[in-house]
Amino acid sequence: MAHGPATLADGWRAYISRWVFTTNHKDIGTLYLWFSFAMFLMGGAFAMVIRAELFQPGMQLIRPEFFNQMTTMHGLVMVFGAIMPAFVGLANWMIPLMIGAPDMALPRMNNLSFWILPFAFAILTSTLFMEGGGPNFGWTFYAPLSTTYAPESVNFFIFAIHIMGASSIMGSINIIATVMNMRAPGMTYMKMPLFVWTWVITAFLLVAVMPVLAGAVTMMLMDINFGTSFFDAAGGGDPVLFQHVFWFFGHPEVYIIILPAFGVVSQIIPTFSRKPLFGYSSMVYATAAIAFLSFVVWAHHMFTVGMPIAGELYFMYATMLIAVPTGVKVFNWITTMYKGSLTFETPMLFSIAFVILFTFGGFTGLMLSIAAADMQYHDTYFVVAHFHYVMVAGAVFSGTAAIYYWLPKWCGKMYNETMGQVQFWVAFIGFNIAFMPQHFLGLAGMPRRYADYGLQFADWNMVSSIGAFIYGGAQIMLLYNVIATIRNGKPTTEEKTWEGAEGLEWTVPSPAPYHTFAKPPEFK
Amino acid sequence: MSADASNRRVVVKSLFGAAGMFAFAIFILPPMYDLFCEITGLGGKTGDAYTAVDVRVDTSREVRVRFVASNNASMPWIFKPEKDSVVVHPGEPTEITYFAHNITDEDMVSQAIPSLVPNNVADYFHKTECFCFENQPLAAGDQADLKLIFIIDPDLPEGVNSVTLSYTIFDITDRAADPIAQL
Repeated sequence: MAHGPATLADGWRAYISRWVFTTNHKDIGTLYLWFSFAMFLMGGAFAMVIRAELFQPGMQLIRPEFFNQMTTMHGLVMVFGAIMPAFVGLANWMIPLMIGAPDMALPRMNNLSFWILPFAFAILTSTLFMEGGGPNFGWTFYAPLSTTYAPESVNFFIFAIHIMGASSIMGSINIIATVMNMRAPGMTYMKMPLFVWTWVITAFLLVAVMPVLAGAVTMMLMDINFGTSFFDAAGGGDPVLFQHVFWFFGHPEVYIIILPAFGVVSQIIPTFSRKPLFGYSSMVYATAAIAFLSFVVWAHHMFTVGMPIAGELYFMYATMLIAVPTGVKVFNWITTMYKGSLTFETPMLFSIAFVILFTFGGFTGLMLSIAAADMQYHDTYFVVAHFHYVMVAGAVFSGTAAIYYWLPKWCGKMYNETMGQVQFWVAFIGFNIAFMPQHFLGLAGMPRRYADYGLQFADWNMVSSIGAFIYGGAQIMLLYNVIATIRNGKPTTEEKTWEGAEGLEWTVPSPAPYHTFAKPPEFK
Repeated sequence: MSADASNRRVVVKSLFGAAGMFAFAIFILPPMYDLFCEITGLGGKTGDAYTAVDVRVDTSREVRVRFVASNNASMPWIFKPEKDSVVVHPGEPTEITYFAHNITDEDMVSQAIPSLVPNNVADYFHKTECFCFENQPLAAGDQADLKLIFIIDPDLPEGVNSVTLSYTIFDITDRAADPIAQL
């Protein structure tokens, strides 16, 4: 094994051992990426069930109880199983390569933080087959829906969340330690690639708020099983407390999802503009500002709980303030492209779509931040449309861009550009057909999380479902493109796959050898 | 410092931070929330038993106090105030009863949780005696008049001439075994 990783030629036992016991950052990154893609397909399948049921008014395919489980599981699996592990996978693969480190700082912990994840999701998914069904209280699991009125399987859900939290915290500590201690000589903090910067800040956010989520589910566990009354008014508790604790985690969580996506796009846009990133230091400070502000705006998710007017105004203005650093980033990306020598390969297409659609989602976020208007928008499809624009067109598009961008470096094969671009357009058009109409539905008053709807919403729901199926198909195309590239892609050995690319990851051969930077590289 | 030592420092600090945030969520946030609600009167939680002090009765002012009773979820008791509202002068102790009837054929224990609207008057609504300070056991089929004595503080902010006191009654039989034993 000292000479390299075991392959199938060494026998399947050696091959399986390699993956189970690996401490190599590239192996673990690969595991994270494949795992998150599997979860992405599973969460996507749940979404297809939801959209199929909503294709027409009335109950067609599934029972309302199961519909509730589908919306809940779709949210949980996509957030904790698909997006977060995907970016941890990218971090594992790319951070050591970008900062010139031979591996992550804590390789064994890295192995552990990945290998507990499949168990967490096996537990979570198994609840669907239990008596009483899986979690049906929405991915935000508000008490008392998730305590007093929860299905029996809620304890499995809580345990799964605990494991996911532990995995995230370990992964984050690893990233922090790697970036703090293992940068190549000469790479000061302000010379790190932006992807590394956004991930360090994300890692700090994770260490700060995943324990709060663990605390929230622990309090639920105690309310359900041990007779406490954190969230039960009968015993002197308060269900609104749950919402505060949850969103104290939940708001930073949405930035945990989007900041690494910002980082990816900040790597890709300069490459295909053939210009350095505009406003590097303002990007770093904007990211830090967003991370800081994320801790002081949580109650904008709960304008309708009956807050005093002073609270509503504070959370409204503080939320709007986030638009400032976010705007700085958007303008920096646009300015990077300005007068650049642009080409539009697949990663760039996804990145530009990211900038446009994420900004769109940011604007609907601003609309939602207006406390008075939120009374109307709250819990409607407008909210659903908003967060799918920022999470799907934001995080998922940027993750897809990252796959196309770094795939040649990972496997030494070039994807088929035509297929990549076709996949982009199918995804882009499908996404917009699926989610644009949901704005109209929400503004017209269609509430989220119901298995049925009034007849007046029928047309746009059908359009939305058709778009969702197209978008789902685009993900199968992505899977096909990746597998086709790995199996039959045109081999590429160039160190620098993209002519405009900068950074240490483009100084190692393609495919990246199993061990890189055994000696720290020279960094200018 | 060796790489191992500096890694260990990062791990220890981060784990310490994570443990701190966990403790913060469980041990500090809930009490802080309660304290915040108590100070601001948000959530309409009224205070504990009040010892009446000798204050003048402000006969120049009248305040209407409305009573609302509701049952939480599947609580089967009949629970209602004797009258919908009373008009009182600030400073004058007033007694009102709520009627409770356990219509089931099982011994049960209930707990009433108050809420006051508008919530900025919670500090000016004093209860010298209230059934809500304790849980209420009722044997199967029994009924009871539950007593409440309250005083509106004469310092009640100007402009408030109506206060609504709401009680929600919860079934806490499962968690209160002792009161049943005393029945």
